[in-house]
Amino acid sequence: MKAFARLLVDLLHAPSTRAKTALMKAYFAVTPDPARGIALEGLTGGLDIKAAKASLFRELAAARVDPVLFDLSYDFVGDLAETVALIWPAPAVPADPPALPDLVAALRGATKAEMPGVVGGLLDRLDTDARWALLKLVLGGTRVGVSERLAKTALAEYGGKDVAEIEEIWPGLAPPYLDLFAWLEGHAPRPTVDTAATFRPMMLAQPLDPAELDTMDPADWRAEWKWDGVRVQLAASGGKARLWTRTGEDIGQAFPELTGDVPFEAVLDGELLVRSEGETGTFAELQQRLNRKKPDAALRRRLPAFVRVYDMLAAGPEDLRTLPFDERRRRLETWHGANPDVRFELSGLVAFEDWAALGTLRGRANERAVEGLMLKRGAGTYLAGRPKGEWFKWKRDPRTADAVLVYAQRGHGKRSSYFSDFTFACWLDDRLVPVGKAYSGFSDAEMKRLDKFVRENTLDRHGPVAVVAPKLVVELEFDGVQRSTRHKSGIALRFPRVARVRWDKPAEEADRVETLAAMAAE
Amino acid sequence: MHPSTWLKATPAGLYVEPGGFHIDPTRAVSRALVTHGHGDHARPGNENVLATKGTLEIMRARFAGRAGGTLQEARYGEKIEIGGVSVEFAPAGHVLGSAQIRLTYKGARAVVSGDYKRAADPTCPPFEPMACDVFVTEATFALPVFRHPPAKAEIARLLASVALYPERCHLVGAYSLGKCQRVIAEIRAAGYAAPIYLHGAHETLCAVYVAQGVDLGELRPAAGAISAQLRGAIVLYPPFGATDAWLRRMPDPVMAGASGWYRVKQRAKAAGLELALVISDHADWDELLATLADVAAPEVWVTHGREDALVHEAKKRGFDAKALHLVGFEDEGS
Repeated sequence: MKAFARLLVDLLHAPSTRAKTALMKAYFAVTPDPARGIALEGLTGGLDIKAAKASLFRELAAARVDPVLFDLSYDFVGDLAETVALIWPAPAVPADPPALPDLVAALRGATKAEMPGVVGGLLDRLDTDARWALLKLVLGGTRVGVSERLAKTALAEYGGKDVAEIEEIWPGLAPPYLDLFAWLEGHAPRPTVDTAATFRPMMLAQPLDPAELDTMDPADWRAEWKWDGVRVQLAASGGKARLWTRTGEDIGQAFPELTGDVPFEAVLDGELLVRSEGETGTFAELQQRLNRKKPDAALRRRLPAFVRVYDMLAAGPEDLRTLPFDERRRRLETWHGANPDVRFELSGLVAFEDWAALGTLRGRANERAVEGLMLKRGAGTYLAGRPKGEWFKWKRDPRTADAVLVYAQRGHGKRSSYFSDFTFACWLDDRLVPVGKAYSGFSDAEMKRLDKFVRENTLDRHGPVAVVAPKLVVELEFDGVQRSTRHKSGIALRFPRVARVRWDKPAEEADRVETLAAMAAE
Repeated sequence: MHPSTWLKATPAGLYVEPGGFHIDPTRAVSRALVTHGHGDHARPGNENVLATKGTLEIMRARFAGRAGGTLQEARYGEKIEIGGVSVEFAPAGHVLGSAQIRLTYKGARAVVSGDYKRAADPTCPPFEPMACDVFVTEATFALPVFRHPPAKAEIARLLASVALYPERCHLVGAYSLGKCQRVIAEIRAAGYAAPIYLHGAHETLCAVYVAQGVDLGELRPAAGAISAQLRGAIVLYPPFGATDAWLRRMPDPVMAGASGWYRVKQRAKAAGLELALVISDHADWDELLATLADVAAPEVWVTHGREDALVHEAKKRGFDAKALHLVGFEDEGS
């Protein structure tokens, strides 16, 4: 338990993700089974021990220390795990700290009635850091800056594997992950998993450099619209489906209308979207659904989700990923014809004669929820990752607007001493109203110049935010404009970034909010 | 005569009516008794100041010509009579020169302890409990979550990190009066003899400590050092006083800091620290309660910090305790 507590404390303070992966790798290397597997379970979501809830820890602590002092302490510290760990009256150097597996076995073996006694007894045998680690382990949400993805990256580096391989088998693995570690260390073959409910690492596209089109024969390529939703994979079997994002995160719970009552056996690749008043909803509307882990019925009625499918990775037990795109497309269309379902819509191919004609279509792409075009090689198989020369995204040309720098904040990591996170505003009547934030698009040299500008023109400070004299104009570039009731300007920009800093341009000549609002797709 | 009739909390600070003087006044007054040199206790511009030599030297260094009209030195243990009130200074163990002040008037005794700690500190003499009827105490860390580990163990963690990363400079944020010098003295006590580098804001007060006979070993200004010298070195700086330009010159720094608040991990995390050293110049929860028992005054007045918790616990232990609401005191880099 001591080593695990040390790991958690070190992870909390580690300054970068690189440092965090290094800490995890080192821990996996020196920690025996099953302790490291239990630690991995704790880092990727917490042990689910039903009878040990936050309220139990609170009651246990309040029974051991004065409840008035406990409440005052909890108010001050703000985090239950930390308050209990710090306030617990135990010897500074505990006599007999339990090993991590023994500790977890004791917790798992306890009945609800026994739990207070078991937990109290364990806490009495641990020092402050280990008490904190125990609470984090049991309550989940360690807040040490480790995502499931980062833990998988550490595992991949530890075993010299590709993280895509870990992701592929991950849903089929179970704590304490003995088969996983045996494979990573070369003692055993790759764990086999039940393919029906397994995430398959996705094939991703590279941005298109239009100059490359000259070397590409239009006859070899298929075009599809690029939808402005969330890329998902849906695996259906036994009447139910699982739904994952690009990184393998299971988001099925948030979209019950897609995961229940699914009559087919297949693995589909497509874009998650919502309908709004009968039309395809905007990304902002989709976000309302994404933000709710358990959407209520009213929200589900107002913004029902659906998947616009464009690829098929498995049909029943058959793996289609080794087939060429054209063949997979044929199978997909056949399947779709046999399984009409409003929840799973077919994303059509865009017919074109030559690149110039396709370019014209792309320029006219102003339909709701279209970001541009996708190009896919007809003879290409489905490959995990971002293979070269297979799939391209050809985004619509970015929109631009001139906006005024109004607030600045320091960045993170290497940029933590520079003002490099900016808020920009446009004119509404005679006032400047914020329209978006941008952190990128400028060189390091330009960042230093911007930082200097902010320092010399700071009018006021609100905590970390510097209020900047409104006199510097930048040309913002963004992928789209959406109407938004959440922002004072009434609009929200998609992926805003700095195209150019207009050191020359006076603030009065910045764009008006109305100009941006007119760009919002109707 | 009970101290509540002659020792009063006023907007200018604690006022001793029969003596006509304030203790740690928050604004300039005609006669000030100062417990120690921290900015929320020692302020410039008083007409007459009575304090220990260490405190007076710190005030001279900080306020230059505005340290006060006349500066009078009080020795630990010496009794001074002011307007019928007998005044006596004793060590508080907080920083160089820090003192508690015992006031005796018409047979009743009150001790104003300023800020104090009970843990050993190589830069100042230890706290001495003084018998009294009313004990006035701080409450900076008065919650049972605050139990400071031994400073030596924290310094050992710092030195272990220095050994682990010989290519990186260790940047230790420490308040410039007290914390900085204590950290240096503890580093020296652990056997580390290499030069220690200082931010300019630390140089003046370190010089005061050295002049008062505290051995801090070889100190060098960080500003004059080249990058190669700072690799593997320990550099102390004021956590809120360094400019970004200064920070950027440090080669691949391990961001460290020393404060009692870092006992709470999320506080250390919020400060962006890779290495948080829990070192405080204030009494922790156990020390506060031990001090109430050692001093054994029937009545306890609690000044700045988490008064609620200390008053609550003191009452439970049979003391007649109340919060004394003084303005102008802060949770500085404790």
